[in-house]
Amino acid sequence: MTTLAETAPGILQVTDRKSARAFVDTHIVPYADAYDRQGRVPEELLERMTAAGLWAPFLPRDTGGGGMDLVTLGEVHEEVGRGCSSVRSLLTVHTMVSWAVQRWGSPAQREQWVPALGRGDVLAAFCLSEPGAGSDASGIATNVVEKNGGWVLNGVKKWITNGQRADLFLVFARTATSIGAFLVPRDSPGVEVTPIEDMLGTRASMIAEISFRDVALGPDALLGPSGFTAGMVLTGTLDLGRYSVATGSVGIIQAALEACAAYASRRTVGGSLLKDLPLIQAKLSDMVTDARAARLLVAEAGRLKDAGEASTIMATWVAKYFASTAAARHASEAVQIHGANGCGHDYPVARLYRDAKVMEIIEGSNEIQRITIASQAEREII
Amino acid sequence: MSANTKEQILDFVRARYPQAEIDETQDIFALGFVNSLFAMELVMFIEKTFEVTIPNDELKIDNFRSANTMAELVDRLSPARV
Ligand SMILES: Cc1cc2nc3c(=O)[nH]c(=O)nc-3n(C[C@H](O)[C@H](O)[C@H](O)COP(=O)(O)OP(=O)(O)OC[C@H]3O[C@@H](n4cnc5c(N)ncnc54)[C@H](O)[C@@H]3O)c2cc1C
Repeated sequence: MTTLAETAPGILQVTDRKSARAFVDTHIVPYADAYDRQGRVPEELLERMTAAGLWAPFLPRDTGGGGMDLVTLGEVHEEVGRGCSSVRSLLTVHTMVSWAVQRWGSPAQREQWVPALGRGDVLAAFCLSEPGAGSDASGIATNVVEKNGGWVLNGVKKWITNGQRADLFLVFARTATSIGAFLVPRDSPGVEVTPIEDMLGTRASMIAEISFRDVALGPDALLGPSGFTAGMVLTGTLDLGRYSVATGSVGIIQAALEACAAYASRRTVGGSLLKDLPLIQAKLSDMVTDARAARLLVAEAGRLKDAGEASTIMATWVAKYFASTAAARHASEAVQIHGANGCGHDYPVARLYRDAKVMEIIEGSNEIQRITIASQAEREII
Repeated sequence: MSANTKEQILDFVRARYPQAEIDETQDIFALGFVNSLFAMELVMFIEKTFEVTIPNDELKIDNFRSANTMAELVDRLSPARV
């Protein structure tokens, strides 16, 4: 058997922000605009990410994982998000499914999937949204019925990040009594994957529509409890996804800041460098401030996760709401600072602008975030 | 069953829903409080506070109906506390 070191010589393990930054600067930043234009992340990068141990380093050591704490994981995802939101999106959904199997899986499910997910031998996608249901998860129409001791799955999932490439789908479907989570290998008969091309943002995240027609699953396909707690699989998994998107949004702000600082130091208008103009300085200072504030909110949510504190769920909503709206605002200002150059292909800011918009929609849209944060405030204060 | 366990659970629920009057026997589902977010928070709170891991087969609605049933669950999962 060949080792990772042999297949990808020279690639160092990512264990913290510093090593993530080095990996991203070498293997992602120079190519992110090309991925965006090609509409996919090449297999070669996926292999490098495997070699660097990037897919699910938080999994426990006894499953072959790196036992990384979630604060550090957040820093790693921020760095990846700084380089390319599409790549970070692949990591996000893989993280969600890996965590869910580790947290809720039976010993047999864990043994079957967790080591392979940890290594990145199996890549996973998270399938909740449908043509007719997004924010309102209770509106999903995909269903399973029990048959011959197993399950039969029918329905259509849409906007599935990495659906084009993933080997394993975590599919949420209506059962006789509630909503359950089901592990569905891509090669199951009756699974059909249709690529969705030409998205506004995260264009390289290999999004797909996936239909399930009479897909026969064994009894061990159901992940976690059924009944009232089935909703917790969804809540917990989305919480981690939201955390990853929040970190990625911080990465977008940082990338916008770095691009603008470089551009403003070179570009002159009317004999002045952009960086010396007060209105431009104001924009840059807002970017610096929001990057720091968002990073702190994310770190706090991560710290609460590591401590197992229930308040992490709300802290993560707040972090994602703040970071994603700040990312959209600053990516827009980054295009503005670059003028026409910001609208072309020679600078990364147009990509940041398109990607940032997506952050306000996924893992709980801004409207849903506000509703949830307000209801918490109501519970606590009123 | 430890009175202290029940009190800690009640404190957690009351802190989340200060406007509600809840006692240890009351069915919090019947009061309409529990959504999946709060259910997740409850599970995390119990696991962290009482240093237990709730296995999937104990994640049943009846175990979470009241402070009493949750305290019983904690006792079952940590026999040393009984
Ligand atoms: C790039 C990308 C990648 C994605 N990847 C995945 C994936 O991997 N897996 C997956 O399952 N899904 C994925 N999604 C789907 C995403 O989760 C949904 O788009 C999101 O949940 C919103 O749902 P929706 O698009 O159906 O909008 P809708 O739910 O139809 O909402 C439409 C608008 O109404 C607003 N709205 C909804 N409810 C309320 C309310 N009560 N009050 C006020 N306003 C409201 C929303 O905020 C939104 O602005 C992806 C989407 C995108 C764009």
